[in-house]
Formats: sequence, structure tokens, C-alpha cells
Amino acid sequence: MPASMSMTPGGPAALDAVIAELVAELGGEQVITDRQRRRTYECDGLAAYRVVPGVVVLAQDAGDVATAVRACARHGVPFVARGSGTGLSGGALPHAAGALVVMSQMRAIREVDVEGQRAVVDPGVINLQLTAATSPDGYYFAPDPSSQSVCSIGGNVAENSGGAHCLKYGFTTNHVTGLDLVTPGGEQVEIGGKAPDAPGYDLLGALVGSEGTLGIVTAATVRLTRLPQEVRTLLAAFRSMDDAGAATSAIIAAGVIPAAIEMMDALAIEAAEAAVHCNYPAGAGAVLVVELDGPSPDVAGEFDDVVRLCEAAGSFEVRVAADDDERALIWKGRKSAFAAVGRISPDYIVQDGVIPRTALPLVLRQIAELGESAGVRVANVFHAGDGNLHPLVLFDGSVEGAVDRAEAVAGGILDLCLEHGGSITGEHGVGADKAKHMPRMFTADDLDTMQAVRCAFDPDGISNPGKVFPTPRLCGERPGRHQGAHPLAESGVAEVF
Amino acid sequence: MADLQRLDDALEQDGGEVREAGPGDAVDGVRATAVARPASADGVAAVLREATAQGLVTLARGAGTALDWGAPPERVDLILDTTGLDRLVEHGAGDLVVVAEAGLPVAALSKSVRAAAQELVVDLPPERLAGGSTVGGALSTGASGPRRLQRGGIRDLVLGATVVLADGTIASSGGKVVKNVAGYDLAKLLTGAYGTLGVVVRAAFRLHPARPDRAFVVATGPLADVAARARDVVASQLAPAAVEIDRPAGSDDAAVAVLLEGTGAAVGQRAAAAAELLGGRVQDEPPAWWAALPGDPAGSVGGSGSAGGQPVETLAKATATLTGVADLLAAARDAEQRYGVGVALRGTAAGVLHAVVTGTPEATASAVGHLRGAAPSPRDGTVTVLRASREVRAALDAWGPVGGLDLMRAVKRQLDPGRRLAPGRFVGGI
Repeated sequence: MPASMSMTPGGPAALDAVIAELVAELGGEQVITDRQRRRTYECDGLAAYRVVPGVVVLAQDAGDVATAVRACARHGVPFVARGSGTGLSGGALPHAAGALVVMSQMRAIREVDVEGQRAVVDPGVINLQLTAATSPDGYYFAPDPSSQSVCSIGGNVAENSGGAHCLKYGFTTNHVTGLDLVTPGGEQVEIGGKAPDAPGYDLLGALVGSEGTLGIVTAATVRLTRLPQEVRTLLAAFRSMDDAGAATSAIIAAGVIPAAIEMMDALAIEAAEAAVHCNYPAGAGAVLVVELDGPSPDVAGEFDDVVRLCEAAGSFEVRVAADDDERALIWKGRKSAFAAVGRISPDYIVQDGVIPRTALPLVLRQIAELGESAGVRVANVFHAGDGNLHPLVLFDGSVEGAVDRAEAVAGGILDLCLEHGGSITGEHGVGADKAKHMPRMFTADDLDTMQAVRCAFDPDGISNPGKVFPTPRLCGERPGRHQGAHPLAESGVAEVF
Repeated sequence: MADLQRLDDALEQDGGEVREAGPGDAVDGVRATAVARPASADGVAAVLREATAQGLVTLARGAGTALDWGAPPERVDLILDTTGLDRLVEHGAGDLVVVAEAGLPVAALSKSVRAAAQELVVDLPPERLAGGSTVGGALSTGASGPRRLQRGGIRDLVLGATVVLADGTIASSGGKVVKNVAGYDLAKLLTGAYGTLGVVVRAAFRLHPARPDRAFVVATGPLADVAARARDVVASQLAPAAVEIDRPAGSDDAAVAVLLEGTGAAVGQRAAAAAELLGGRVQDEPPAWWAALPGDPAGSVGGSGSAGGQPVETLAKATATLTGVADLLAAARDAEQRYGVGVALRGTAAGVLHAVVTGTPEATASAVGHLRGAAPSPRDGTVTVLRASREVRAALDAWGPVGGLDLMRAVKRQLDPGRRLAPGRFVGGI
């Protein structure tokens, strides 16, 4: 803890001290203390969790962020960074006795270096804006989460966002070459840059996807990807999910890596039809959206293969997008699926889990059984190519016990993912929502080691506490780490170091 | 001194071996006293616990093909030979994933997955591959090869890793699925860490389908010209799998070679288009220098035998922006003219190259400084010395400026507070 503290760290008096300092240093415009206005920020995209932040800081630049973080660090007050607030795991859930640092007003694209295939952006820049700004030059920002028209790149960095096209192009972590960081101690550090492979430990690898627990990113240098010469999209309708799964396996086995390969089941199709009238083939038990991109000669050959493989697997209708409008219509059904489920159910939980892709048919049957035995409907929308499931668990919150049943099914789906060697989250993050599930995926030693890294960045545990890890770890201690060692000698050397 | 009996006792369950170290076990001139070769992750944990209890300093070794990369360790008592952990744990062909123990040679892994027409796209230098370079070694040295242009470096391919810390803690992160954001991605932190944070015992990687057909396009020309044309190919929509540049020492010319991968006639069409863009010719086979480190593989590089003042070879890694590669090439020629050294450069147009500088220690130090100056700032390009004689190391700053060094030191303090693992081998004396 900082030495200059005159009161209990993290308590109400400490928050008052932080507020006073922030108002003095940043002015009242940027520091929101009014409770009604603070309430605007009480949740992110996961509205089931709500906490009114103790104070809200509207950062205009990295200096503001450092000022806010330093004030928090001085008084042991927690802080949480928030971008567009579209996250689905409660990663930007505020702290009642802490500061919420809002990054969305830092939204300048600082530099587009077309020749160098890099852009330097403020964290509040909207994902799709970067693509819009660079596509006239023939480039785009590859990570494309479904929320890309509203989510921020700072949020993408925090969550290591993926999207439909990450099967071929990778996740945010594969597209970040540099970050400017305000450490939880309030120090401004430049990590990496435009050149790849900065010397030393791969701090970018640790930072991207750390969900705001290692500090606040104030600028990102990202790769720009060349727009493909050709994009071709098809919609294939199948009688069953098994058939669609078999088609997916056949495509992958043929050595084709589609830019995207997405699957929806009958219930998800029904919802999408109700919401956006995407006019998917009638009677489909499942649809696949397959997109291929790349040089024209290659895409042409692969596309024929994909059509053939879909038909061989039992597809009764294959529609090929003739132009951008038709492509947009095919994607409209898929991209609207989450929200569309609201048309067929008053409430729903969006689950996010991963399985090895080959386990898909089995796991989908197990999910169906899980839902049936609990009397809960589950709609399935997912990235079939990489086994990232997004089951939508439907319920009516006004019916007694319905929430609990839905949550039990959602939890059961994660168990299935883990049983098959997968993950509890493929792209939505752990956040506040899944911290409790982490011990099901990782041992105490695994989590303790991750938290040791956290301690290196945030010894006082004030950067987005309560997220990712189920139980905080005191950084001074190394529980269970001293079998057979000489603690005195060890700490002696450590001090010399 | 290591108590061999107690180390051996620690490996009783594991069935691994412990022996006295010989002269051949020295690391960049630093002599060790014992070598332990466990056969399992539990064995590695037992050895490290015992070694730490004895106050020993341990250095992990795979095949040893890059053991003299990084600074020489301050001290080594125990060599932890990982080659006993050589199982291919799992190849999920349908999932394009492989899980392997750290001591498995990359060549053996490649052979196994090749049976399913898949590959791990690390593109190690042939000399390392032939030397038995292991999965753990490739990961720990952050290996970089031609096809990183499109598929990324090894840090982009690793999905998860299990590491044993100095105190014997066994910790895993990531997983064996391509998409996964649960917890910190410690596998990336361990990549290129030269074994200073822990001993990697197992890792999972993403595989790619091996493309059935390929073509190379090669061209030669003046440095600036070649760099510009290489950039044109990178900026094209031909989706090249690799664009490599080779500038031999003392040459005003450089060669560029482009790799196109795919299926059937489409590859030929793209190769023809690339040949036109480059002003080059299409060929079936790569140039002889493809993926290899520059300079003479059997050259007089290394920690021993180089008398002061005599020209020796120094291996360095140079990074640059796409546009900065041209400046790096120009700086190599300038450095030769100014300091009387030879500077061979080779690597991807994406901006990760290897350099071999041949010269006296003082001239080498000047040349490395000059190459660093090619980038407007360390964020636009760096030069780090991988392999050098003691005299050369004494004459220069091997790592150059390192952004975030304090954070790196803090990470080291957390994971290896006693500095038991390869102390001194990494940036900032870590």
C-alpha cells in the first residue's frame, strides 16, 4: 500500500478524498458525482449485474487517465475502465466505492500508416470506424465482434475480442503490436510499437485479454489487414444440426479455412425470421453461413468445393450471395440472432463456451437433452469453425423459478464444454459473471500463478478487482509456494534483485 | 555445489536420470555441475523443488540449438534437460490442434501432423531443425520464420502452456481449443522468455492444413529497389504466405523470394502475377537460403575461442516496420562502409530479420548501434544481440532500449523471486 495514506484504504473516506483530488485536478465537468448521472453507468452489456460507481471520470487523454489512476492508487481506491460498455460478462461492472474511468471520449484515430499497415488509435475508437477509415485505402481492422458498430477498440483489447472471422484472421491479440498503458500505480508506459516482436517479455500477450486487471490502455497500435480481392458468401440449409456439423467437418478436413463458418439451429432461425425477415429456407433444421475470401482464383476453386461438400452432407438448398446486398441479407439473420431471440422469449441468457469443434454434434445433443430435462428452450448460434458456442437460454423471468432453471442450464452447458476439453469463454470474457467458474477450468496453482502476474502489475489489487479471479490474492504472500525452499534466502536474493 | 544424490532421490518416482555435468554441458562458457533429465512434468517439478531447496541455479535445455542465444547466465549449477519429455500428447486432427511435451523435437512433431496433411507453421531455421530443436526451445526463443507474414509468429500459434516454476509449482494457462479467453494468456508471456520465468513442460498449438501446392518467385536487384518491390507484394491482394529478403554481407544487391501456397492452378496464377509485380521468375523450389539464419552456419560465432581484436560473427535479431525494412537494409550497407564490418541481413519483409555482423568487437558494437539508428524510435524497430562472443558483449548493449522493463522485472520477481532460473540471460539482467 502507498505510504502516504492518511485513512483506511478503499473506504468511503478514501473515495471522498479521491473525488476531491479529481475535481481539483480535472475540474467538475469531467468528474461526475451526481448519483442520477452516475447511474447511467451502472452496468455494461450484461445488465443482470448493476452497481452504481462511486465516481465517474470522463477521460479526455492519457494524462487524465494517469491522474485518475494515481489518485486511486494514493488512497487504495479501486478503479474500473469502461469503453462503450457493450461487454457481455460484466467486465466493466463498476465498483460502488471506486472510480469508473470512461474512455469513450478518447476516440481519435491518431495515425493511419497505410504503407506500414498499422494504425494508432485512442481506446475509445469504435471498431468499425477504423475499418471505415482504412477501407478506402484497401485495408480493414480484422477483429469483428458482432458489436463492432458500437464496441471500442480499447474494449476489444481488454477482452481479446474475436468475431465471426477470427477462424482465419485471429483475435485482437494477433492484431496488436503496441500499447500505451497507465499502470495501476499511475505510471505511463509504452509497450511495443509499430514493429513486431519488441524485445523482452511479451507483455502485449499478457495485457490483451486481461480484462482491465493490469491497468488502463490509453492507445493501441494495431495491424491493418489488406482487403481480400474477393469475398463469396453462401447460405446452406440442412434438415438437421448433425448434417450441418458434418458439412463443417468436411470443409475443415478438405483443408479449407473459410473466413467464417457460422451455424444456427431451428429456434435461432425462427427468432431471426421474426425479427429481421431474413427469409432463410423454410423447413431448415440448421443453416450454415460460409464465407470465403482471398485471391479470386483460389476463392473460386474453394467455393465450388464448399458447395459440393455441403450438398454431399445433405444440404437441401444452397444460396449464393450474388452481390453485397445479398451478402448483407445472409449476414443480417446471423448478426441479429442474439437480439432477435427477444422476439420469441421475454428473457434469455447468452452463453459463451468453447468445445473442440469435432465434439460439436455430441455436445449439441447433450445441450438439447439438458434443456429438455429442465423444461428450458435453448437456441443455438455459433462459430462452427472454431467450436465457439453461443447457446441462448430462453426463459420468462415473471415465472417463478424460471431464472434459476435457465441459469442451471447455462451452467450445465459450461460443464459440457469443460468435459470435452474446451473453455468457459471463447470471446465474451470472464468478467464478473464467470469468475466463479474459473476454478472449474483451472487449478488453484494455475490461478495463483496468473495472479502472481497480476501482482507484478497491480500489487494493491485496485485495477478492476473482483473480475476474472474468484478470490483475490494478497501480493505479499505466496501461499503454498514454499515447500522445500529457503524463504529467507529467497527473499534475501529477491531484495537484491 | 549440487547434491546429486538428493537430486537423484527427487527423481525416484519419475524414473529420470541425474549425472555430473561435463565440459560439453557448459552454457556459453558457464560450467554447470549437474544435469538432470526428468521424464515427466512431475519429475521437472520435483527436480526444481530440490534444486531450489539446495540453493541451485537451474537452466532448462532442450536440444541446445540456441543455448548460446541471450546473454550468458551469471551462474549455472543444474542443467535441466527436457529431452526426456518427448511425447506427442495429442493430435486433434479434426480440430487442427496439437499438444506436445516440451522436449519433443519440432521435426518429429511436424512429421506426425504431416500424416494428416497438417503443419505447425514455425519455419525454424533448417540448421536448428536438423539439430533436434524442441518444442520448448522454439517457444522459449520466440522462433520466427518466413511464414509469420500471414500466419503470425509462434506466439500467435500457441494456445496454451504448462510451466513449472522455480519452486516446483505446476501451472497451466490457455487450453487446447483455438478460441479461448479464460484467464491470462501466460503462454505468450513464456514465449521468447528464454526460460527465465519457468520451465515449459507442455504446450498446445494451432495447426494449419498443409497446402498441396506452392510456388516461389525470386528476384534480385539494388537494395532500395528490392525492398520496395517486396513491399508491393506484401501490399497486394495475392495473399503471399511469405516474402523474404536476403542481403548478403558486402553486397549492394539483395534478393527477394515470395512463397505462394494454395491449390492447383490458382497458385500458378498468383505466382505469375507476383512475378510481374516483382520483375522476377517463378520456380518450384525455394532459394538455398530460405528460412536459414544469415551468415555461415559454421562460422566463428560463440562465447569461446575468439581472441580480442579478431573479427568474429555476432548474430542479432532486427525488427522494423514494413517501410523501415528498406532503411535497415541501407543502414547495413552504411555500417559496412563506416566500420569495416560485414552485415548479412535476412528475414521477412514483415519486419523480423536476422543479422550477422562480422567484425572486431568495437566495430561490431558501432555497427549494431548504427542499425538501431535506422529506426526513428525503438517502437519502430529494434536490434537485439542473440549470440556473441564475450568481447562483443562487453563492447555493446545487447538488448537496446526495452519498453516496459520495470514491469518485466516485476513479473520476474513474482514468478522467480529467488532468481533460480537462468539469471542474467535476459533483458535488463533478468
